[in-house]
Amino acid sequence: MTAIVPRLTASFDEAPLTLVRRRWRPGLLSLLLVAFVGLPWLGSDYWLNAILIPFLVLSLAGLGLNLLTGYTGQTSVGAAGFMAVGAFATYGLLLRVPGLPLPLALLGGGVIAGLVGLLFGIPSARIKGFYLMVTTLASQFFLEWVFAKFPWFYNYASSGTISAPRLELFGHNLATPVGRYLLTLSCVVLLTWVAVNLVRSQVGRNWMAIRDMDTAAAVIGIAVERDKRMAFAVSSFYLGIAGALWAFAYLGTASAGSFDINRSFQILFIIIIGGMGSIAGNFIGAAFISLVPILLSHAGQWLFNGNVDAGQLQNLQKVLFGALIIGFLIKEPEGLARLLGDLRERIRVWPLRF
Amino acid sequence: MHATFKRSLAAIGLALGAYAALVPAAQAANEQFFPLATYRVGAYASSGIPVWAGMIDYLRYINEVEGGINGVKLVWQECETEWTAEKGIECYERFKNGLNGAPVAIYAPNGAPAAYALADKAEADRIPLITLGYGRTEATDGRVFPYNFPAMLTFYSEASAFINYVAEREGGLDKLKGKKIATVYHDSAYGRETQGPLALLAQKYGFENIQIAVADPGNEQAGQWRQVRQLKPDWVFLRTWGVSTPVAIKTAARFGYPVERIVGDIWASSNEDVLPAGEAGKGYLALTPYPGGADFDIHQRIRQYILDTGKSDLKDPKSFGSVYYNSGLVNAAIAVEAIRTGQKKFGNRPLNGEEGRWGLEHLDLGDARLKEIGFLGLMQPLKLSCSDHEGGGAAKVQQWDGQQWKLITDWVQADRATLRPLIDAKAAEYAKEKGVTARDCAAQ
Repeated sequence: MTAIVPRLTASFDEAPLTLVRRRWRPGLLSLLLVAFVGLPWLGSDYWLNAILIPFLVLSLAGLGLNLLTGYTGQTSVGAAGFMAVGAFATYGLLLRVPGLPLPLALLGGGVIAGLVGLLFGIPSARIKGFYLMVTTLASQFFLEWVFAKFPWFYNYASSGTISAPRLELFGHNLATPVGRYLLTLSCVVLLTWVAVNLVRSQVGRNWMAIRDMDTAAAVIGIAVERDKRMAFAVSSFYLGIAGALWAFAYLGTASAGSFDINRSFQILFIIIIGGMGSIAGNFIGAAFISLVPILLSHAGQWLFNGNVDAGQLQNLQKVLFGALIIGFLIKEPEGLARLLGDLRERIRVWPLRF
Repeated sequence: MHATFKRSLAAIGLALGAYAALVPAAQAANEQFFPLATYRVGAYASSGIPVWAGMIDYLRYINEVEGGINGVKLVWQECETEWTAEKGIECYERFKNGLNGAPVAIYAPNGAPAAYALADKAEADRIPLITLGYGRTEATDGRVFPYNFPAMLTFYSEASAFINYVAEREGGLDKLKGKKIATVYHDSAYGRETQGPLALLAQKYGFENIQIAVADPGNEQAGQWRQVRQLKPDWVFLRTWGVSTPVAIKTAARFGYPVERIVGDIWASSNEDVLPAGEAGKGYLALTPYPGGADFDIHQRIRQYILDTGKSDLKDPKSFGSVYYNSGLVNAAIAVEAIRTGQKKFGNRPLNGEEGRWGLEHLDLGDARLKEIGFLGLMQPLKLSCSDHEGGGAAKVQQWDGQQWKLITDWVQADRATLRPLIDAKAAEYAKEKGVTARDCAAQ
């Protein structure tokens, strides 16, 4: 179709307006500089292992799901299943293909996860909304069952767990906290960059058109079924890499149980709280979901150490965390990214209100 | 979009940075830090709460009655893991450098997912992990796993002790031939650990080995017990955990399987496991390396100095002497005794992880020492070494009478010699996969 009427496609190389202004962003550059140089140099093991690595991996997983749910409008509760595919596929590649460098193994894990995603995306041609969500739920349970049931996937280990065979790149050992952090950060930065450009491209615009109204999208000539399947594949590719990083760069080990339905919900909550259809929202949501409980735990320890019953203190933190989520979502149902954006606009014109 | 992104990240960074500045500065003292990775919320909280009470009560007893370990006071702090790997890592990283200058000598991950995730990290940081009654069985081979201690009873030994108990009841190991023995297990790393040893023992003794999985969390098991009723096994080994244990006992009763033929494993052997099952639990058997009961010598001491003076961490006094409470006591006692052993070599001061490991590898608790510390009968004699990180390998069998546990056997010893080649092979496989060179224990 595109071959016959190329003028009608949404390509913007001949568009009259400059849709995106390219400019240097000193803030972004300095942030990357701090992340790549400052943090590994200054950060302790605690910061790298317990805070930054899980935050980055969860952001990437959120990004993967957001491409499918936030941009294409296909709700999925099977995110963790595709993460499991990525983790087990990367493990299998590293174990069974001797001499395969780590980046290729990660890429391979992502591609395999993407193919599995493509397969589970097929029902999206016929069913929508809650019914599609149920098929993703099925994929979650099916994939979890596969990786628990067939010992080939975990190399016949008695406990059913896998652990990273080797983490090295060009002879450098990446098993140290700094090495694992830089590996995770590089993957996340690269894939975020790709995602930013992807959602601005024709593909991304097609996805958003499908999200907003798929009948209208079909009418203007978008191949709805193909683009939905592609969204499943790309989303699963991202989730697969996130899963491999979760297993090997963060936990150091994984089993099917590490990718259960609760992990899927966690990632869904990240994008709901952070902001659907927003790249920054994934990072904000992941920060909220993974860091606030830690902050609350430290605060609880610091404020009430020994004076309050430990069990009640833990439950109180859960209550407080839940209350915060409810509070933020009432204040801004479109997520924290929107809330922060509005706040920025307000500050820009302060003290006046427009 | 970009602007939002970078500004929000900067804000988060600032907030966390400001928080980091609040953490109090370190100060050195003559104190030993006992990190407590606990789970007081989540599905397994009911099992965990009495364990922490046992640990804290014992540490408090050592501090207040014995004046610390040779004068070195103990300090502890809790961190909630919810029995997950990721929170377990967070707690470990938070605690591994000690507390206000008091070093960590021994770390208990308290939870299988965290134990697996921490195995490599702890080795890199030189902090010994002690996993009592759970964790990686291969770590028994201390040559390959220098910083992992699945002390007292691994899952392999547990399986073997169970088979030996069944043989005792059937009238000898030769009577096992042709018997049907089913294992109903929690479908997780923990549950699957006994498949290897049971397959080996089934081959050796000729019984039929049936494995039936229960998916987490296991609050609906009609399918599993229908299968049990159809297969009519002579014995059922119940390897469930948390809520799945009382559900299993109740469902077994519903399907008419006799409860006195069900033997629970370590993690299905406490009062908290059978009380919710009510009348159906009467007659239920369970294997345990730390039997229930509040009449051991150490309980008299703790009752006198801690419980009766209102210093106990126990919310429900009925749990005093429960299996999980006692497991907390035993856990704490092993750590305290290992530090005491280490102090003989390094002097009476707080020890670091490497010194703590030396203490563990030279731990030798005979009956005489167990009597001194009040643990005789509650804890089996335990001798660890460089090549043997398990030691003991025995369990007692207890029976629930509706009110409390009655011990019905003395220590049932596992056939460790038969299982050791299996463990060595697994450890060698792990060493090969990871490229680890085994230590030479003769040189230690």
